[in-house]
Formats: sequence, structure tokens, C-alpha cells
Amino acid sequence: MSDLIKLSIAEAKARLDKKEISAVELTEAHLAAMEKARHLNAFVTETPELAIVRAKQADAAIGKGEAGALSGIPLGIKDLFCTEGVRTTASSKILGNFVPTYESTVSANLKKAGAVMLGKTSMDEFAMGSSNMTSAFGPVISPWKRKSNANIQLVPGGSSGGSAAAVSARLVMGATGTDTGGSIRQPAAFVGIVGLKPTYGRCSRWGTVAFASSLDQAGPMTRTVKDAAIMLGAMAGYDPKDSTSANIKVPDFAAAMTGDIRGLKIGIPKEYRPEGLSDEIAKLWDDGVEMLKAAGAIPVEISLPHTKYALATYYIVAPAECSSNLARYDGVRYGMRVEGKTLDELYAKTRAAGFGREVRRRILIGTYVLSAGYYDAYYTKAQKLRTLIAEDFAKAYEKVDVILTPTAPSAAFGLGETDEDPVTMWLNDVFTVPASMAGLPGISVPTGLSKEGLPLGLQLLAKPFDEETLVKVAGVLEDAAKFTALPTGVEI
Amino acid sequence: MSLDKDTVKKLAHLARLDLPDDELQHLAGELSHIMQFVEQLAEVPTDGVAPMASVAHMNLYRRPDEVTDGDYPDKVLANAPEAMDGFFLVPKVVE
Amino acid sequence: MGYIIQGETGDWELVIGLEVHAQVTSKSKLFSGAATEFGAEPNTQVSLVDAAMPGMLPVINAYCVEQAIRTGLGLKAQINKTSVFARKNYFYADLPQGYQISQFDQPIVGEGEVILDMPDGSTRKVGIERLHLEQDAGKSLHDQHPSKSFIDLNRAGVALMEIVSRPDIRSPEEAAAYVTKLRSILRYLGTCDGNMAEGSMRCDVNVSVRKANEPYRTRCEIKNVNSIRFLQQAIEYESRRQIDIYEEGGTIHQETRLFDANKGETRSMRSKEMAHDYRYFPDPDLLPLVLSDEEIEAIRASLPELPDEKKERFMRDYQLSSYDAGVLVADQPSAFFFESVAKGRDPKLSANWVMGDFFGALNRTGGSIENPPVSAANLGALIDLISDNTLSGRLAKEVFELMVETGKAPGDIVEEKGLRQVTDTGAIDAAIAEVLAANPDKVAEYRSGKDKLFGFFVGQVMKATGGKANPAMVNEILKKQLG
Repeated sequence: MSDLIKLSIAEAKARLDKKEISAVELTEAHLAAMEKARHLNAFVTETPELAIVRAKQADAAIGKGEAGALSGIPLGIKDLFCTEGVRTTASSKILGNFVPTYESTVSANLKKAGAVMLGKTSMDEFAMGSSNMTSAFGPVISPWKRKSNANIQLVPGGSSGGSAAAVSARLVMGATGTDTGGSIRQPAAFVGIVGLKPTYGRCSRWGTVAFASSLDQAGPMTRTVKDAAIMLGAMAGYDPKDSTSANIKVPDFAAAMTGDIRGLKIGIPKEYRPEGLSDEIAKLWDDGVEMLKAAGAIPVEISLPHTKYALATYYIVAPAECSSNLARYDGVRYGMRVEGKTLDELYAKTRAAGFGREVRRRILIGTYVLSAGYYDAYYTKAQKLRTLIAEDFAKAYEKVDVILTPTAPSAAFGLGETDEDPVTMWLNDVFTVPASMAGLPGISVPTGLSKEGLPLGLQLLAKPFDEETLVKVAGVLEDAAKFTALPTGVEI
Repeated sequence: MSLDKDTVKKLAHLARLDLPDDELQHLAGELSHIMQFVEQLAEVPTDGVAPMASVAHMNLYRRPDEVTDGDYPDKVLANAPEAMDGFFLVPKVVE
Repeated sequence: MGYIIQGETGDWELVIGLEVHAQVTSKSKLFSGAATEFGAEPNTQVSLVDAAMPGMLPVINAYCVEQAIRTGLGLKAQINKTSVFARKNYFYADLPQGYQISQFDQPIVGEGEVILDMPDGSTRKVGIERLHLEQDAGKSLHDQHPSKSFIDLNRAGVALMEIVSRPDIRSPEEAAAYVTKLRSILRYLGTCDGNMAEGSMRCDVNVSVRKANEPYRTRCEIKNVNSIRFLQQAIEYESRRQIDIYEEGGTIHQETRLFDANKGETRSMRSKEMAHDYRYFPDPDLLPLVLSDEEIEAIRASLPELPDEKKERFMRDYQLSSYDAGVLVADQPSAFFFESVAKGRDPKLSANWVMGDFFGALNRTGGSIENPPVSAANLGALIDLISDNTLSGRLAKEVFELMVETGKAPGDIVEEKGLRQVTDTGAIDAAIAEVLAANPDKVAEYRSGKDKLFGFFVGQVMKATGGKANPAMVNEILKKQLG
């Protein structure tokens, strides 16, 4: 494989700027890698011709000295972002051959910055999952293999599993993900890359297929923290077409990575060390604390008392919102249609055929918790818990600047190793969900390997709209951890 | 809270999901298990706690009353499974 | 004594509540920038948001919020400074999102009232429970094709104000008066054009019956009644239907019905009632709507004089009866017209002319107040000519007709046709002398007691003067001459 695919975004930008390489070369190298790694099933739709067109445009812009923040950088776009003229599926059958006539704000921002889309990456259907096994187009395979058995296919995590796998396998230099309960951070940890979920409202949700409106956030998935900072800078920004978009300036996130975290207080929440936390993860976390201490930060024990209720809260609120958000997929105006003798039959047959099991499950839970007689006990109660969870964080942030936790309770598991119980799968999100409920920014940084040689990540959380401190500390952690392992399931 | 097949059937109708009986039965078990999991919230005291309206703490932006959109029926109908004369088509509804 | 229906088991009282959906007058929709005009080609006034494409989001229209506040103030209602938009979830072909963005337990406007002007001049108060903003649905056409329904989303997302009355209405007439008054207020405020034929104002009516002093019984809802006449018919039919069932020992189940205008009956809607658990929850794509005192007060300060206030002022300043004042203020342009005419003139005369001949001409010619067959200035001038005795009342009517035909000013017509009233006593003496001389036998009959012949002499004198003699003077002088 070409060495070009091993570059970071920052490195590639520098070389493009110096005209040492061309955008077309860079894109072609990645297209070749993408072709060879089809067995990972990371893409739903590949767009090589479009990519070359965009790469040529990037070269022209760079030539004129008008390069954007990401000119010529090959990216993967999660198939949850509507892309004009390019089929968008949300990894579901129900969208059929839907080709949007509009571009999501986030992907449009990346386009404006000069980025080159190589294709639409796979995901858990409608962003619901932690393994990318529920995609209607087949599971995504992690580019990593266990030391003990290279035959077992591993999951890349989810829901942004396709993006994670593509970035980790060096098929793209970065990819967009979305994170509702952990769908950027957890897969990033599983495949050893950086995944950043910004503060709720930092990126626009316009044109992004909605799952849970009060939780969904777009974010970058890259191989370095600096790359994530650069990419977030291009993705973020106020959008008046989204009423939940925050009308605040986008700072230069990369510039905030000064490397100096002396005196910063790092919160270590005691509730994230439950009984049964694996020794491996516990050690990873302790090592992380030491790394930050060595850099001059001060660890502070904090308590986030409602942590253990966050998952249950999430699994009431998110399904409730999704049950309503997914009502528009009805076979009338776009997507797949199964004919019916009556309108109701058309709806019911189309939706039963078009939605997979996890999606149907969540729609039903959502319908239940909103229904007459149960609304107060479940939905209202969950929204109250959400207030308490947010208050926990707000109180903690009076004492600390950032919070450090593990990202996931384990390394990636095998495709065939999950049990039937949906709740077991949900437990993968136990460390990521609380920050989602509070709308806080979070990042996962790879800091170690499991005894099977699989990536493990640590999560940093910051105050609302303080992604600058987030990436600053993450950058220091990344430098200290020196994670250089490459996935063993692809040729890099 | 335990859900039986009839409850799941009603939910499936509200959600317009045409599921076969054995699927409904299976779901009854799964959903009951899930609801058991989320029941734990009941043990948290929440008197006087306001349900979270939104994590976004700002004023609702109101746009000016101008016609800035629409007038592109081709785009609107572009992905329609069935359309005629500028209308979407569905099986006839009798009121 | 209120409106009662006599049944076999006793007297029944009607309990009626009205939910009026009023389309907000605005250029664009409530949550999208598409246009709202009536009558466009299908799906041309539809944005991606209205079509509920994946990833689309609502953004609220500031003017629609203003209009709702304005309407609330016009209904003397409480304005809620914090209100919440909620999703009402159900499936239907004209509801692309699979939910309607509406308001549930925190509407923008709370309790208010409407004062009804009854035909007999009395007034009644009907309470308003709330007003909230919500999206309108699209339109389904079921008669264009044998097996398909056609969906047009032009109307989907247009702003509606749902105005809910308390169940204070007790008769079909009161219901009519309520809708009439509400429509009038909305038109005065400019927040809805009240055009029921075009569907910009629609009524759902809740009807139940009960015996005196009973608590409320089960009600049925009749949806989408689109004229005041149908509203009354629907209430009459439905109340009798319910009474019949009760008197036969049956029960009424809560249900939704439609009014069949052809048959004059209500019938149950086919769609299964089981379906409707709307699962309202706050729309997570929106934040709570927070209003400031300043903006509310600014709107309050900009309110026009409303029908009730104007009516009181007309009664006070123009000594009009409650009924007359009520008729004149029903329509704001009519009220303005009347005041232009009445300013500095005899109010009773002005009111009679406006309400009588002018409204008559308006109906006849199919004109509108905005484009009247006779201008206010000209009508006022005509009244001046009556007041200064240039014209008799009867002559003035002739002149008025000529004004309608020709559009000319009354002064010009009078000059052209030489219609000046004859008030010269000499001329009248002469005319009377002529008539008496020509009819000696009748004079004798009159003088011997046949009083009825007086009218004959008056008629002859009027004929002799070409209708121009001042009638009062003719009467006076004739009496003297005849003895």
C-alpha cells in the first residue's frame, strides 16, 4: 500500500500545501486501499468518480492559493448524512434508493472546506447500535484481529462502525460520525482511533437523518487528536435552519492544543469503577491518570451519583424520540414501498419490511413509554433523571476542568459472540451515555492494547462548548500514550 | 412492567408495523425484559425536579416571515414511489 | 329561559363547545419558508421540511407568533410567556412527518372570552379555554381516481390557531353568533381572513345534551363544519340524535362524526377510534417559546379598536341601539364606512341609510365595502341634502339609485335633473289651489267627513309638482286650505 495512506490529515495538508503531493494522488491512493479492503464492508456506497472530480477541484484551488481547511483530504461520510445526488440509506432498507436533492449542513461545510468524499460509510441501521451488526447491508468487519485467533471477525463498534473501520484501515484520512449515546466514541475506542463528539448544538443537525433529536451530534473520527480538531473546525458552526444549533463562534480548536495542561484539574468519577470492571480497563484508566499527572495535571476524585441510571434514562428518551422521528418513513414520499390494499396496510407492511429488528424494538419501546398512562412514569421520569445527571456534571465542573474515564467496558468483541439479550449490547455504552444525556463534549483517545492486542481507549469529557480544553488535554494524553499499533486485519 | 402479546400488538398498530404473531410473542418477552431494566428509575426520588426541556439553553430563534422556500415540485416528488400530475399517490382512503 | 328541546322524558339542554381552526394570515408557513397562498398548483408550495424529507428541521415564523399573541389579546385572554411545542403523533396521508407540531399542556394563550351579540340585541359571554399554534395538514383528494387518493402538501405546515371555547354554548343560534363574532374579531385584528369557503376557518363542534342541573354527559365531536348554516344544522341534528338514543334507554359513546351537508345528518367516521393515542411529547427539535413583556405590550398597543369597544362607542356617541350598533361593527370596513358618513351628521339618519339603502345596494350590485357602489363621501353629501331640506326622503331614494347607477355625486344629479325639493310656499299654494279647483266634488266630500280623501289630495299635489314638493309643507298647507 502507498505510504500516502499512512499520513495524518495535518501531514497531508502540509505536503499538499508544499505541492509535494497532489490531491488526485492522495485520493487515488485511498481509492486503491478502499478497493482492496472491501471485505471490511465499511462502505454502503463508493463514489470514486465524484472523488476524482473533487480532488481535481482541490488541486486547482491549492494551485491558486485558495486552499480550504481540508482541501484534497479524502474523507468517509457516514450514511446518515444526506448527500446531494448520492444515495443515502441510513444503512436501512426502508430508504430504498433514496437520492437526496439536498446536502446536509455538516457535509456541505466539509465540501466547502475542500474535502473529498470517497463514499458513504456503513453504520448500525438508523444509528441504533454499538456493533454495526444491524446494518441492512451486512455487518462491518473490524480491521483488527485478536492475537490468539485471526479467524474470528471482530466488530468495529457502532453505530459509526463503517467510519471507524475505514479510518482505522487507512481507507480514508478521516470520517464523519454521529454520536447519540456513544456512537462515535465507542467505535473509535474499539478500532484504536480518535473520535470526538462535540457539545450538543456545536454542529448542525440539518440534513442528518434524525434518530434522537435531543442527543444526536455529528463529529469527526480521525487518527490523531489534531486531525479531529481540524475536522471539527470545518464541520461546526451555527445554522439558522436548525433551531437547536448554538449561535456561537467556532474557535480554532487546533490552535488550542498548546500541550500545556499544568494545573488543570482532571475529574476521576468513582461511579465509573463499578464492581466487575475488568482489570485491563481499570489499569488502562489508572495509567491514563498517571500520564496526565506527569504532564502537570491534578487528578481529583469526583462523584457523579446518578451515573448508574444514565443507561436506563437513555433507553427511554432515545427510543421515545426515535419512535416519532421514524414515523416519516412510510413509503409515501420516498424510499421503499410495499403495496397495500389500504393506506394503513401500505404503512404497516412497508415499515415492517423496511426496518430491522433493533429499530423495530426501539420504535415499540418508544411508542410504549409515550403512550397514555405510561408517559409520566417513564418519559417524564427519564427527563427528570436527565436534569439530575446534567446537574451532577455541572457540580463536578465547579471543581474540575475535564473528566477522564474509560470509553468502553471491554475491547471489541467477535461478530458471533453476542447473546440475544438486547440489554447486554446496550451495556457497551455505559461510559459514554451519561455525557450524551448532559449534552457534553467528549473524545476517545486510544491509549493501550488489550492482552489480545486489541485497541483500548480512554474518554475525556469537558464543559459545554469547551472543546478547546478537551482537545488540549486529549493531545497531551495522546502524546504520552504513544499509541502506534496498526490494525492487523488489513494490509497497510 | 410486563408486556403481553396483545399490548405489543396494540403498540405495533400505533407504530404501523405489521408483524406476525410469533414475532409479537417474541417481542413481548424482549420488551418486558427491557422495561424491567428501565424500571430502576422509579427508585430515584425526583420530587421538585424539572424534566429537562433541552440541553440547549438558549432562546428559540424565530425567523422573519418571508417566502424563502418551496416552489420546486420536481425535487419534492423526485423520490416518490408513486406520483401523478404533481400529486403523491396512495391507496384510496375512505372516510 | 334558555334553548330547550322537549323530549318524552323531559326537557333537554344542549352543551356545545367549539374548536375553531383559524389559518394565520402570514406570507410563509409556521415552521418553513414555503408560501401559504390559496389555490397554487399541487406541491409547489412545499419545502423539504413540509415534505418531511430525512433530516429536515422546523424553524418558527416570528410573525405567526405575533399573530397568535395579537389574537389572544383580542380575546381578552392570558398570554403565556412560556409555551412549549409538542408533537401529536398519528399516521395519515396528509401528515408527512407522521406527527403534527402542535401545543399540548403549555399553549401560548390561556383563558379569555368572547361576547356574543344575539339577534334580539342581548349579549352572552362565552369563555375561551385556550388558543394554541399548530401546523395544518396537507390535502387528500379521494375522488380523482378509482383506487388512489391524491396527496397535495401545499397546505401542510401552514400556521393554524386552534381556538377552543369552554362548553358554554347552549343553542345553535349561540353557536352561530359565536363563530360570527370570533370571525369578526379575527378579521379586525388581521390575524385570519375568516374565509370559511376557502377553508381558512374551520369548526369542529362538540355536542352533548343533558337534563337541567345534571353534570356533563358524553359528547361527540363533529369535524370540519365549514359554514355557519351547516354548523347550526349539524348541532340540531346531532342533539336530536343523542336525545333520541337517551330516551330509548341507550348510551352515547364518545366518537368523531362528520356532517353530511346533502343529507343534513351527522355520521360516524369510519376510521377506528382505537387508533388515537397521540403520545404528545415536547418537540425535541424546538426549544420552549419565551415571550417578553415588551413584545406583548408592543402588540397590545398596536391593537385596533375591537368590535365590542366600537359597538359601545357607537351606542354612546351615535345613540344607536344595541342591534344597530352590532350590525354596523360586525365588519370593520362597514364600521369605518358608517363613521365616515356619520361624522358631523345626524347619526340615526346615517345609520338608516347605511344599513338600509346602502347595504341593500351592496348586496344587489355584489360590490364590497372596499369598492362600494356609492362612496362614503357621496352618501354623506346625500344625507346633507336631506338635512337641509333640498331633498325629501323619497326623492333622496331616487337620487340614491341614480348615484348607484352613475357613480355621480348627489349634488350633480340634483342639478342635472332639477330635483330640488320645492319648498317655496308660493309654488305649493299654487299647486294646491290648482288641485282643489280641479276636484270640487272631492273637496266637498272631504269637508263633509270623508277624511281618507286627504291622501288623494296629497298625491295630486305631489304629481302636480313632479314629486318635488316638500311633503311636510304640503300637508300643512293642504290642511289649512281644506279646513
